[in-house]
Amino acid sequence: MSAVVEFEEVVAVAGAFPVLTGLDLRVDQGEVVLLRGENGAGKTSFLRACAGLISVSSGDAHVLGFDMRVDRRAPRRYIGLLGHENNLYRDLWVREHVEFRATAAGAAESDTDAALIRVGVSKKLWTVPIGSLSAGQRRKVAIASLVVGRPRLWLLDEPHASLDTESRENLDLILAEASQLGATIIFASHESPLTQGIASRVITMGGGRVLEDSGAS
Amino acid sequence: MLAETLLVARKDLRVEWRAKIALGQVAPLALLILVVLAFALDANSSLLELGAGGLYWVAVLYGGTLLIQRSFDVETDDGNMDAFRMSAIGAPSLFLGKSLALFVQIGLLELVLGSGIAVLYNVRVADWWLLLVAAAAGTVAFSVCGVLWGAMSAGLRVRATLLPLLLVPVLVPILLAGSRAFETALGVRADAGWTWASLMLVIAAVHTAIGFGAFGFLLEEG
Amino acid sequence: MTSVTHSKAKMTATATTRVLGVLAIAATALMAVLGLLISPADVIQGEAVRMLYIHVPSIWIAYGAFVLTSVSSILFLRGRKRREDRGRHYDRLAGSAAEVGVVFTGITLVTGMLWGKVTWGTYWQWDARLTTTVLLFVTYLGYLALRRLPADPIVRSRRAAVMALISFINVPIVHYSVDWWRTLHQKASLSVGRRPEITGEMYWTLLYSTLAVTIVAAWLIIHRYRVIRLEELRDEEALAALISSRLGKDDGSN
Repeated sequence: MSAVVEFEEVVAVAGAFPVLTGLDLRVDQGEVVLLRGENGAGKTSFLRACAGLISVSSGDAHVLGFDMRVDRRAPRRYIGLLGHENNLYRDLWVREHVEFRATAAGAAESDTDAALIRVGVSKKLWTVPIGSLSAGQRRKVAIASLVVGRPRLWLLDEPHASLDTESRENLDLILAEASQLGATIIFASHESPLTQGIASRVITMGGGRVLEDSGAS
Repeated sequence: MLAETLLVARKDLRVEWRAKIALGQVAPLALLILVVLAFALDANSSLLELGAGGLYWVAVLYGGTLLIQRSFDVETDDGNMDAFRMSAIGAPSLFLGKSLALFVQIGLLELVLGSGIAVLYNVRVADWWLLLVAAAAGTVAFSVCGVLWGAMSAGLRVRATLLPLLLVPVLVPILLAGSRAFETALGVRADAGWTWASLMLVIAAVHTAIGFGAFGFLLEEG
Repeated sequence: MTSVTHSKAKMTATATTRVLGVLAIAATALMAVLGLLISPADVIQGEAVRMLYIHVPSIWIAYGAFVLTSVSSILFLRGRKRREDRGRHYDRLAGSAAEVGVVFTGITLVTGMLWGKVTWGTYWQWDARLTTTVLLFVTYLGYLALRRLPADPIVRSRRAAVMALISFINVPIVHYSVDWWRTLHQKASLSVGRRPEITGEMYWTLLYSTLAVTIVAAWLIIHRYRVIRLEELRDEEALAALISSRLGKDDGSN
């Protein structure tokens, strides 16, 4: 099984603050990894480092086979990142936005409808401007934008935030399906009781490093 | 790359179409600037006729800067820059796409302003061909510079005052060239209007080349 | 790592800069003597011509400083990946040179305005040189503003470097367009912006003044560079302290 994420003694700095302080972690393809930890533990920074959005100042970091110290932009097209923010164009209609993201990711336009249905955004909302949606609905649109691109590596930061119970369960199903189709999923969440079910591995972070790992490979 | 450019441009224009900021807010404001300038010059019709070329471009400068800010506000809102960085779309296509969308928006603004000076300042067009070419050349230069410098100040705090400070010195040659070209086209002065128009194209070309090279670099954080 | 509080680099002065500093003072003193006393007054302009001994070298040095900024910026952008410190010293040099350049551009403008008041009767004329100088001033003022923004230092340095390059490429464009604009609108009555004929003693004084101003500028750039370096050292130390405190905290706690 090939390694999707390989970090060794990784230190990453954002501005003047060390957000990762010597992180060691290896994630193989197909795994579903849950990241836990207090606020400030470095979960978001780790996800962003995997996405190549923050640079690694020391250590070894490889994502999807690419060396992040040489070119951290290389793996991005294969990665789906869902951060705290939704990355939505609030003036566009729901369908227009997801369509744009789909085309940008190289997916067919028809995939848009499928993704929206799968995520559970009702058709009535497809021609509504994103700005008038509730927080939960917007989160679902953001998830749909990620799903439509069919990424190999899913990096999710509190994906369940703002979602109601039904939508959360639906998201868990989506993640399980994606994992079965070969995608690797790393998600940070505070919702341990609900989400530990789908995760094959739980990692606890603190102070910018890995503190506990339920299934080190 | 052409497909990606058009994709980005269409997205920007569609956002604008839904939000109606350019048409709804900026154009009326720029038109108001023309009126205000007339007040400042005491509605002296001969002065206004002489100065119409320059005053037009000042209003374009003002409205255009607002449109450029808006174009990047859309991208920095809700963390959209991250989506751009993660996207498979190449940086040159992003650069060209946003420039194209801005070109259309500023062009529409200029249509409004052009009608404005025709009516308010009572101008007569001597050379339509020169007028349109000069307007197009200036708009291209403006758009390309705007996207380049907008990216440079995007995502940094205090952007709202930084962008005009950085942008205006860069736009001065365009303002200069555009005003002189318009004055020739409006028959106010017998100048080398075509040379001024080509200067604006040179500015546009230089900044496009730089944008191609530097845009990806500018998008990155750290 | 050198600690700011314990290193000899507590002050930005070294043997080199002390020598340079003394030279600068001596050179400036001599320049004052030459400029104010020994060199002759101009036939047309009278004593006012002496202002040029500061005015002209200032703008030359400013141009030189901005060239230095641009070259440093290029080197910074190119050297990013290969060097351990990512070519930061080029970034520092770019910043210090630009500051000195802006100061001297300001001096050029002020002395120019004073000179204009005496010779033409007004502080300002819309001639090519003054206009492009003002634009140059504002442009690099913007550059300095960009450098001071609260942002990730690396992002800031990179964007500043790109801006320095674009601004520099803009200089000939601005110069050409403004110059051409003014030649088209040359007023016959006023010989706008005409410099006096420089010959003999005035020529040598001017040349010497350029040398003196260069020494002063070099001294300023070196010191400014070192101050920036100290600021960075201080920030690095704070960072290292934060890292070790984070690591220390999590060994057997939580």
